[in-house]
Amino acid sequence: MNVIALSHSQDRDFIAQVEKESGQNVSLCYQCGNCTAGCPYTFVYDIPVHQMMRLLQAGQKEALLSCRSVWLCATCQSCTTRCPNNIDVAHIVDVLRHMARREGYSTEYGVKSFVDSFLESVEKNGRAFEMGLLLRFIGKTGRFWTDVDLAPKILPKGKLSPLPHKVKNPEAIAKIFERFRQECQK
Amino acid sequence: MSQKLRYAYYPGCSGQGTSKEYEQSTRAVCEALGMELVDIPDWSCCGSSPAHTVDHRLSSALSGRNLALAERLEGVSAILTPCPSCLTNLKVSAHKMKDPEFAAEVNALLDFPVRNTLPVKSILQAIYEDVGPDALRPKAVRLLTGLKLAPYYGCIMNRPPHIMEFDDHENPIAMDQLMEAIGAEAVTFPLKVECCGASFGVARRDIVQKLSGKLLDTAASNGADAVVTACPLCQMNLDLRQDQINVANNTSHNMPVFYYTQLIGLALGMTPSQVGLEKLEVSPMALLESLPARAEAQAQAAKKPASKGAQS
Ligand code: SF4
Ligand code: SF4
Repeated sequence: MNVIALSHSQDRDFIAQVEKESGQNVSLCYQCGNCTAGCPYTFVYDIPVHQMMRLLQAGQKEALLSCRSVWLCATCQSCTTRCPNNIDVAHIVDVLRHMARREGYSTEYGVKSFVDSFLESVEKNGRAFEMGLLLRFIGKTGRFWTDVDLAPKILPKGKLSPLPHKVKNPEAIAKIFERFRQECQK
Repeated sequence: MSQKLRYAYYPGCSGQGTSKEYEQSTRAVCEALGMELVDIPDWSCCGSSPAHTVDHRLSSALSGRNLALAERLEGVSAILTPCPSCLTNLKVSAHKMKDPEFAAEVNALLDFPVRNTLPVKSILQAIYEDVGPDALRPKAVRLLTGLKLAPYYGCIMNRPPHIMEFDDHENPIAMDQLMEAIGAEAVTFPLKVECCGASFGVARRDIVQKLSGKLLDTAASNGADAVVTACPLCQMNLDLRQDQINVANNTSHNMPVFYYTQLIGLALGMTPSQVGLEKLEVSPMALLESLPARAEAQAQAAKKPASKGAQS
């Protein structure tokens, strides 16, 4: 069990920031545990989701932004759907993940690399390009054996195009990313 | 149904690749049911799960571009997509953009603004609500009697309910009823809305093996011959990764995983290749070929108690 000295480590600005970005009131959580009971990912989490909520109420920024759970949540919406206080828990976890990313954490490097590979593919082609995305992921992580066993299954079915399906005007999509980066720097 | 059914159609990226058979069967079934799909011109990726895990403005802008393009189409009543992941992104964006401040931030990233005038629905919702099981039933020329299906909706088709606004969020029944309308049986399946492992197949395959493994185990123990789904990611995890799952969990499932549109298409008289059955990894052909004999056996079994009753 972890003991936290609240008087020293409670980061109130962090709580306010999460509440602002998620539009949720974190003090509504009364620790019933419903979210964790229905969360399919508890078996791989280092901090179960109801405990993330408690740490959030206690303003434990470092513990939350450095945990694995924020990267492993699949946004399956079970917690949000079942919270008796109508807290959008999945949205809160999403916001914690945004913050972790902005502050340079990548506790689950593979997961982060997959997301990055996906978005790079979309920025370049306007659409997700599955083959290119897999190659990018392998390039980033060095996991060259990723899903090689699936190749003989999927290739003969003509599902994976070796070339991207681009939109007519990929620059229009690249511009969205470009403007987004400019906004982030403001 | 007297009014012409005409919709803006968002196919989604996986329909061009790993879920080609879903795309193909969706188009064929909609055409057969008199639902006109008008492709959103030069549609682009909705951002899928990766974008919303990075930033909500970026995610909403990637989806928003498509909403805005669809709004320019004439005479369409809604935006439809077959893919629950695209559906969620498009719906969440539209929902969040009801907040003018957020809408302004998103529109600043776009070439032209979203007006947020069209509802977004899944193809499943449109088939269920605008056509419906009762209108589908008489159109079925080949009933799939004897086929026992585990109806698997996936985690986000119906959740969270205040955004998805369709069917029940714990026990959805739309697909069950459509399958029953074409003669198949939907078995009890308590994991209808559980998560399959989503897009973790590449980065954390162990997660998919555990969660999708549980789905296959539960489908089998409830007597299902096959799983029927409406989601490309669920289908891929359960079907393409079924061998990986079997190896990891020491199981021996050989369970076909259909898209519900493939089965409706078959019932409407389409050929297996018209609905892309050959694109499935676990072949369903032996199962489908066994159906006439099963239907016969079922009919015999149904007769028996009646004749017994007549004798006594
Ligand atoms: S379900 Fe809601 S109230 Fe209960 S522990 Fe989770 S967040 Fe708190
Ligand atoms: S949304 Fe995330 S935290 Fe909530 S139940 Fe699903 S995986 Fe768990």
